[in-house]
Amino acid sequence: MIPFDYTRADALEDAGKALDAKAEVIAGGTNLLDLMKIQVMTPEKLVDITRIDGLSEITKDGDKLRIGALVTNTALANDANVRKGWPLLSRAILAGASAQIRNKATTGGNLLQRTRCPYFYDTSQACNKRAPGTGCAAQGGSGRMLALFGTSEHCLAAHPSDMATAMTALDAVVEIRSADGETRQVPIQAFYQGPGDTPHIENVLAEDDLVTAVILPAPLEGTHQVYRKVRDRASYAFALVTVAAAVKVEDGKIVRADMAFGSIAPHPFQNADVKDMLVGQAPSDALFAKAADALTRAEAPHPDVEYKRPLLRRTLIATLRQACGLSDAHGVDIAKV
Amino acid sequence: MRDDFSETTHFKMDKAQPRLLDNTGQGIVGAPLDRPDGPLKVSGTAPYAADVLPTGCLHGVLVRATISRGKVTAVDKGSLAGVEGVVDVITDPRMIRNPAQGMAGEAPVQTGDEVHYHGQPIALVVAESFETARDAAHRLKVTYEAEDGVAVTPDTAEQEVGDPDTAGDFNAAYDGAAVKVDLDYFSPSHVAAPMEPHAAVAEWTGNQLVLRSALQMVRFNKLEVADSLGISPDAVRILAPYVGGGFGSKLGIGPEAIAACIAAQKLGRPVRVVMSRQTVFDSVLRRSETAQRVRLGATKDGRIVALSHDDRVSNIQGEGFAEPVSQASQFLYGADGLSFQQTVARPAMTPSGSVRAPGEAVGMIAFEAAVDELAEKLGMDPLELRLKNIPDTHPMDGRPYSARRLADCLNDGAERFGWADRKMRREGDWLIGMGMASAARTNMLIESAARVRLTGTGAIVETDMTDIGTGTYAILGQIAAEMLGLSVEQVEVRLGDSDLPGASGSGGSFGASSAGSAVFMAAKTLREELAKRLGCEADDLTLSGGIARGGNVEKSLADLVDSEMVAEATIEGGKTAKESFSAGFGAHFAEVAVNEWTGEVRVRRMLGVMAMGRILNEKTARSQALGGMVWGLGSALHEEMMNDTRDGHVVTRDLANYHVASHLDVPRDMKVVFLEERDDEANPIQSKGIGELGISGAGAAILNAIAHATGKRVRTIPALPDRVIEAMES
Repeated sequence: MIPFDYTRADALEDAGKALDAKAEVIAGGTNLLDLMKIQVMTPEKLVDITRIDGLSEITKDGDKLRIGALVTNTALANDANVRKGWPLLSRAILAGASAQIRNKATTGGNLLQRTRCPYFYDTSQACNKRAPGTGCAAQGGSGRMLALFGTSEHCLAAHPSDMATAMTALDAVVEIRSADGETRQVPIQAFYQGPGDTPHIENVLAEDDLVTAVILPAPLEGTHQVYRKVRDRASYAFALVTVAAAVKVEDGKIVRADMAFGSIAPHPFQNADVKDMLVGQAPSDALFAKAADALTRAEAPHPDVEYKRPLLRRTLIATLRQACGLSDAHGVDIAKV
Repeated sequence: MRDDFSETTHFKMDKAQPRLLDNTGQGIVGAPLDRPDGPLKVSGTAPYAADVLPTGCLHGVLVRATISRGKVTAVDKGSLAGVEGVVDVITDPRMIRNPAQGMAGEAPVQTGDEVHYHGQPIALVVAESFETARDAAHRLKVTYEAEDGVAVTPDTAEQEVGDPDTAGDFNAAYDGAAVKVDLDYFSPSHVAAPMEPHAAVAEWTGNQLVLRSALQMVRFNKLEVADSLGISPDAVRILAPYVGGGFGSKLGIGPEAIAACIAAQKLGRPVRVVMSRQTVFDSVLRRSETAQRVRLGATKDGRIVALSHDDRVSNIQGEGFAEPVSQASQFLYGADGLSFQQTVARPAMTPSGSVRAPGEAVGMIAFEAAVDELAEKLGMDPLELRLKNIPDTHPMDGRPYSARRLADCLNDGAERFGWADRKMRREGDWLIGMGMASAARTNMLIESAARVRLTGTGAIVETDMTDIGTGTYAILGQIAAEMLGLSVEQVEVRLGDSDLPGASGSGGSFGASSAGSAVFMAAKTLREELAKRLGCEADDLTLSGGIARGGNVEKSLADLVDSEMVAEATIEGGKTAKESFSAGFGAHFAEVAVNEWTGEVRVRRMLGVMAMGRILNEKTARSQALGGMVWGLGSALHEEMMNDTRDGHVVTRDLANYHVASHLDVPRDMKVVFLEERDDEANPIQSKGIGELGISGAGAAILNAIAHATGKRVRTIPALPDRVIEAMES
């Protein structure tokens, strides 16, 4: 095997000091260990942060909720406050992975999980994300799971996280601690970076930065929150497309429509135009179709993901119907009951 | 004290045999007994191939070719300098390109330094630890001379067009038919995906080899090892007492086993080689993708007069196997004219072979969907159309069928499933529909030997037959216990050792019947001797609870057997297989919900009604049938291997990208019903193959249900959300 150093950080300061360009943070390890075994990731040092105090709590901060980076997916999805105030997040997490993996996977790790592009996984293939400058074998390859939006000629990969998609719809903020002890807060929308010509850089973290928490703003009172994940089997599969929506209807008009879309871009995807088309309007199938058309207008970057356009379009309409109360969770038309 | 008894018999299935197991009266055969090996398996103590690590064992990891075709010009051992713990890099002309096909009994293609497909094992890195070997295999620098212009897709490769198999005049019948369908279907490559990856531990003592490996057919595998290595079969002992699933992928000896043998001999130490999941995908025989064309012509009242099922499959040059796509289409229904033509494409892709019901598994999905489309066009109930077209004799050769309760299965299933109330309905966004299909799978008796040793207190069954998770330990014990008047606890079953009498092995659903018949025949010899010792006719002998009764005499087995009575029997197929046609038959029913927005399909209910001769163990039989139905579901909805069309490499190389059904995909309401049957022509225990019948047709029932729900047909499987949407929008 490739020998690597293992450092256990007992405090944030230790972690900050131990991190450098050759190091990776390990917490749950549900993604990292798999990638190390097949030598897609080859860190020379692992910094284990699981013993650091204060990163495993979910705490209320006024209306906000602070989620420590080491909170497991299971703990987060099951948290009473989350289920009550931010049910979208709970539903998104439970739509991902398996119970065993969720028991181990952490909030910070989930944010930072790598793409599932098969060319990233296969070291015999060119991949700018894995080996910068080698090219992108997914161009012209087989690409069912690739992204639809936000790609570049250097990388077509999609971000597979369910959790991060819900957090994006909820306007979460990522708390980052740098090695000098300074803490900064970055909106999740600004946390991720598109591939451009550096697809190996996926977010704003410096090499010695550590994600310490995710902060959810005040609950979106009165919203219907729906997480819709469409995949190639009923469970335990990465999404083809997902729609996370928190929608509020008041006096017959949509007054809020906070949405994010997963598995269709290098990061959880949002489209302000689509939101603007909905807010202030009365919910109707015609309106939803118009919004869905606007969302899926762009050309697919690879012929194998052309299918994601009609799929996303239809999934958004079905999700909005449910979120606006035109249908129930099974799609039963409320007006006709 | 009488001497030990020892007799060897050879039986050929030339005529139907009396139903002795209906008269032995113990009620053990058929009973839903637990597997004796169950506790070992659930406690993790059953020793699978890679679990037994001899002292001083080295670890090997296979290196794959990363070109589509060409030559290895150099394997640079120097590239591993400084990697501590690397022992050797083995390249050897005896290494095999791919696993042997089932029952080959000889070495598969050995390519030396030639590369025939991307992913072919070309070298073995051996190290002191598995982790080191894995790292070194990854670092090893290999240089190639790659061929240009290699065809890596079935469409672009050379096509070998076969002569059609025909009966009557298809063209004339089709031209004259009042109602016709002419339909194209496509299914992707499949991988067997057993839970246990392919593994081998090779150890030499002088010139004697002991190979522990995950294999389905030890008798053939022994010959394949010997031929591959150029040694005598007598120098080879194979041990495969527990195998973690095969599904066809462990029928023949694999590259990991031959590489382990070569390395162990060269290095003078035992070597273990376990394939990574990715290597299983790259270099274990896949099921070919299929392009199928089904043409059916019928009279207005629904009598099929013309029936044709053509297909194009693929396999690499040098492999004789071709997915027998139209196997069941040739005997399920009759017609005035029938025609079946196969084309084999020769791309540089992972070779193909037997995977879970080769032929029927994908052939029946297309064929039984086409039958449904014909019914639709006729305005006829699909059940009715099938019932109307059950032929009197084999449509291709006129042989009579042996036991065949197809009509009973169709009618019984329809009744239980509520077919008469079939109505497309809607539940919110979900469209609900029902579908059905016939089930059929050829049945075979393969030469098989077994030895039964009887003492006064119990018996031992010995054969090189394997248990690949199917229940062999249980059923062979049950047959011996039933025949010899013992309890199953008194019978020990020893399997998977090539030093024991050679059995059929596990494959083609023929293992239980073939190996079971050998045990039956051996036990029958013992019964005859016991009758003699008791002083009665064999027909009058009753054995039960360790007591022999007959001719008003009663004696305990302990009184009749001094030390040990040994009988070995070999059985092989004979005239009955030529004079009649034996197959398993059944009917599949499915109810699905299709989301009209997202195209997601959820199976609500499944029912399989099957008649498969005598059931040997109601519990393991049911598990086999259910498992088969799950695979049928998976092939209809999930399973798809994807290859890169530029170099042919497998893109879906793990179980996160290659989807088999998850628990949530399998309906809670899933039932199997066995109709009572005895197949007298099949074998002396009147049983038939089970596992693969569960698959055959199950996927078609689901596709037909999707069509019923949506009014639209998906003809490319799996029916993934986008394909369902495309159909709904068409």
